[in-house]
Amino acid sequence: MEHTDLAAQRPPGSELLAEQVDAAERDLLAAARPQRRAVGQASFDALIDGEHKVEPTDWMPEGYRAGLIRQIAQHAHSEVVGMQPERNWITRAPSLRRKAILLAKVQDEAGHGLYLYSAAETLGVSREWMLDALHEGRQRYLSFINYPTLTWADVGALAWLTDGAAVVNQVTLCRSSYGPYARAMVRVCREESFHHRQGFDALRVLAAGTPAQRAMAQDAVDRWWYPALAMFGPPHNRSTHSDRSMAWKIKRFSNDELRQRFVDICVPQAEVLGVRLPDPALRWNAERGHHDFTEPDWDELRRVVAGHGPCNRQRMDHRRRVHEDGAWVREAATAYAAKHHGGPQHSTAHQGAPAARQGLPA
Amino acid sequence: MTRFDSVLRLGDDALVAAQRMAHWCACAPQLEEDVALANIALDLLGQARALLTYAGGIEGAGRDEDRLAYQRDEREFTNALLVELPDADFAVAVVKLLFFATYQNLLYQRLATGADTTLAGIAGKAVKETKYHVEHATRWTLRLGDGTVESRRRAQAAVDGLWPFTHELFEPDPLAPVDPAGLREPWAALVRPVLTRATLVVPDDDWRPTGGRVGLHTEGFGYLLGEMQSVHRAHPGARW
Repeated sequence: MEHTDLAAQRPPGSELLAEQVDAAERDLLAAARPQRRAVGQASFDALIDGEHKVEPTDWMPEGYRAGLIRQIAQHAHSEVVGMQPERNWITRAPSLRRKAILLAKVQDEAGHGLYLYSAAETLGVSREWMLDALHEGRQRYLSFINYPTLTWADVGALAWLTDGAAVVNQVTLCRSSYGPYARAMVRVCREESFHHRQGFDALRVLAAGTPAQRAMAQDAVDRWWYPALAMFGPPHNRSTHSDRSMAWKIKRFSNDELRQRFVDICVPQAEVLGVRLPDPALRWNAERGHHDFTEPDWDELRRVVAGHGPCNRQRMDHRRRVHEDGAWVREAATAYAAKHHGGPQHSTAHQGAPAARQGLPA
Repeated sequence: MTRFDSVLRLGDDALVAAQRMAHWCACAPQLEEDVALANIALDLLGQARALLTYAGGIEGAGRDEDRLAYQRDEREFTNALLVELPDADFAVAVVKLLFFATYQNLLYQRLATGADTTLAGIAGKAVKETKYHVEHATRWTLRLGDGTVESRRRAQAAVDGLWPFTHELFEPDPLAPVDPAGLREPWAALVRPVLTRATLVVPDDDWRPTGGRVGLHTEGFGYLLGEMQSVHRAHPGARW
């Protein structure tokens, strides 16, 4: 992968996020296990209060387990379904170097899906069960994926804005109280920051290019800004899962805090790029020490989450079709393994634990 | 047949194979395979970039990898027909990879010890990559051929459809750094036992389609190029 290629074009502000990932990893390694005296709820509370990590074999409340499964599965699905809008441009990338970078990026996303499904499997559900839940609409993926990538500039804007937003969110998840999730996030964040950087770089070249390229870049930023802002979820007072997730230290900051952090990071980066963020109300507020901005249209987010975005049906149709088209291949692999090795070679076929299933929120 | 032509031919093979393989990204039967096929496509694309850059240098007319990839028409591409054939299903992708990667691996092994040191350097890296491609394709050929009734049917159909196109890979070219004609026997010695272990049958050699090396391609190839070149050609002179 061409990480070194882009070393010179680090977007301003990104070092800070990389440092936060490093610090979270140091703390993860140092998070010593307490002496195990307490059992059940008390043992769990001691882990959370003491900033230790909860591990798969520890007792945990059913709601904690179910909430984590929901969140990690949604994250894994977002990586996997999120490959679609970007793969849309792999075959048309306008230079071989950009083609290689984009292909490597989409490949990373498949890899992130694998780490995250594995992290969720430690909670007693199988990948197959999670994929069924996705295909049947019982589990979700991030809403921005339901918007189309219409021009080559969308590849840059999508990575700069939505991967940028993902990094802001995920850096904080490196400190999640659940050990396997926190460790998966450290790995994911390192690669996401490369994704963000390549998007920034692709867009920078366009924004300094021909008039047609500049127009393409601005148009893409205009279309991706609000889907990226909406990625942090509804405002805290409208969010269904926020309070409990924060008490359990699965999540460390509110949706609004993270959204603000993202806006503050994007403004100077947009200046370097020479693109305009599509919000006339966007300005520095010295009193707050933050930028004021116009919130996303929450009705639109609700419609997209409910399945009425421009690409929801297309994305899910593609996912289901690929899964169905691949069934004969997976069956062949299982049959071959049974003939030659006395059993299936992939252990992904085991079923989810009933307790974990019952605990899932509707 | 100049030195430029022979390097260009290698680059075109790798580029067109990469373009076809990249289609599998987000379309593979399981996530592990999305990762693996994207990896193979990236290797092929890396080979293509090195080879086209080298070809452009030999030619000395100022054509870089992108000029060669994006600004030639169907009749100017010299890849073998095998790599441009569409992947109707996963079995076609796997069997095509088995045939092509085995050929590439044998060729690169010889180029890696050849007199042309630049080509030897490119080939040296590609030997390791194509070794993995052959292993991956071999494992899947066995699983598909010796898996279920359905997978065997599809794998056999892929072998029947692709085998005739393998002959073109080995057409004699005495002026090339390595004459491919000498590779047919070692290639068959590697590929046939895999097919046999996979319970697959090699079809009769009664049809030997050819033409790619002189720019006579299949009808589908124009669409592949049209898609690949569309953005680049819409913005003449732009940087990316």
